[in-house]
Amino acid sequence: MRTGTPSRGRTRSRVPAGLLLPAILGLAFLVLPLAGLLVRTPWSTLFTRLGAPGILDALKLSLLSATLATALSVVFGVPVAWLLARVDFPGRALLRALVTVPLVLPPVVGGVALLLAFGRRGLLGPWLESTFGVTLPFTTAGVVVAESFVAMPFLIVAVEGALRGADVRYEEAAATLGAGRWTVFRRVTLPLIAPGVVAGAVLCWARALGEFGATITFAGNFPGRTQTMPLAVYLALEQDLPSAIVLSLILLAVSVVILASLRDRWIAAP
Amino acid sequence: MRFQVLGAAVAGAALLLTATGCGSVASKPSAAASSSGGASNAPSSASTAASASSSTESSSTTPAATTNPTGNLTVLAAASLTGTFTKIGKDFETANPAIHVTFSFGASSTLAQQIIQGAPADVFASAAPSNMKQVADAGDVSGTAATFVRNQLVIAVPKGNPEHITGLADLTRPGVKVVECAAQVPCGAAAAKALAAANVKLTPVSLEADVKSTLAKLTLGEADAALVYRTDALSVADKADGVEFPESAQAINDYPIAVLSHTSNSTAAQAFVAFVQSAPEMSVLTAAGFQKP
Repeated sequence: MRTGTPSRGRTRSRVPAGLLLPAILGLAFLVLPLAGLLVRTPWSTLFTRLGAPGILDALKLSLLSATLATALSVVFGVPVAWLLARVDFPGRALLRALVTVPLVLPPVVGGVALLLAFGRRGLLGPWLESTFGVTLPFTTAGVVVAESFVAMPFLIVAVEGALRGADVRYEEAAATLGAGRWTVFRRVTLPLIAPGVVAGAVLCWARALGEFGATITFAGNFPGRTQTMPLAVYLALEQDLPSAIVLSLILLAVSVVILASLRDRWIAAP
Repeated sequence: MRFQVLGAAVAGAALLLTATGCGSVASKPSAAASSSGGASNAPSSASTAASASSSTESSSTTPAATTNPTGNLTVLAAASLTGTFTKIGKDFETANPAIHVTFSFGASSTLAQQIIQGAPADVFASAAPSNMKQVADAGDVSGTAATFVRNQLVIAVPKGNPEHITGLADLTRPGVKVVECAAQVPCGAAAAKALAAANVKLTPVSLEADVKSTLAKLTLGEADAALVYRTDALSVADKADGVEFPESAQAINDYPIAVLSHTSNSTAAQAFVAFVQSAPEMSVLTAAGFQKP
């Protein structure tokens, strides 16, 4: 947030004030709440609170379920994005709008919707139970499903954007050289949009990690099974604000460390 | 012990809430100023509201404004009071046409935090004495809080009681999916007390964040039984039955109500608190399943 420092990067000329000022305000807006958390953190009792039972379980569960939800989202979301970006079919605009429904839906409503689809009396739930013996509510699998539902649209939107930005002529050239559509996708398209997929996956993972409403509604809250960090934070908030802050900080620290290290490794710095 | 930004920050919408929190506090005097400014051409309840709220400084105070309750009243009430207080609010407005009552329903703990952060409100009705105590400890209660109703736990089961549950011990049967509130919220603390009194060890499928979501798991068909308040079970009487059990007497929940110290309309606030405890309105509350204290 130093205004006068000349940038080390590519921009040699002065940064226009019309961009700099809103950028600084925007950054301040995003960072200030974090500062609020840090100011109120009970540093003296930090480590005793860290050792409280259940915190490690909640953290492990959060990381596991967010990662699984991201994997699911990549496996199913990238093809959806490809379909929306590359195939012309009637109702595509409507489908694109439907994909973003989980973004708009209040997550708690999303959780209820999931129950109505995959719950014991839902549309698919009874069939899942009788055919595969699978019940999703109140299970860790349910947490993954809830997080995927809420987070997958972030990946789809990012990947579709990357696909639309990618030069189609590479794909066309590959096709004229005799490559089938699957080969073109695998050997040409996917490498082209890889940064977009990574960016989408990061967004998706971050959203899944912070997911609260759909998770508690669909999967419930039970320590070690469905209680992720955001749920633990919410319940801690009921009684003990300092503990809630410590829990939030742990979640924030872990996610920032993971995202920052991923960025260095997977996304080449410009 | 004032945590200013925190509750909101942790919830992830910190700045937004901080902004609204500050905004509402800051906007209080300005709103009063603007309504008194508009009083000259709008001789409605707004003008009397402004004069009632600023009666001490106002140069031209109508004497009626201090005796007859007028103006706006904001009541923060526990979510479990949603149905009954909405009805009582309407009755109150009928009895006092010059008063407009606005309710904000939510978890008592959340409401308590909002009051402590300075949310503009006149009356607080809490589902638990602990949350009222938080507010009182912060110096935000005017006078003392009064217990106006009590609530008792029941076992809510699907209509017709398909699992034939008659008491807490039946909840431990294998295959019976039970949901209860987490220990951090009042209904969970009450459930823990009742279970301890019955000497029943229970493994629920979920520990819910509030009583309404506990009930929702039952009404959506995901759970076979839910430990909720009698009023909650009665609110979904078309879908669920409430099974009474003797140990619930060990875990009765008191509901306190109080006028808040930073009220801008204490006459109307006092009137509302008295009105809630009047005989006709108590019958509204008892009809919903509450007990008299």
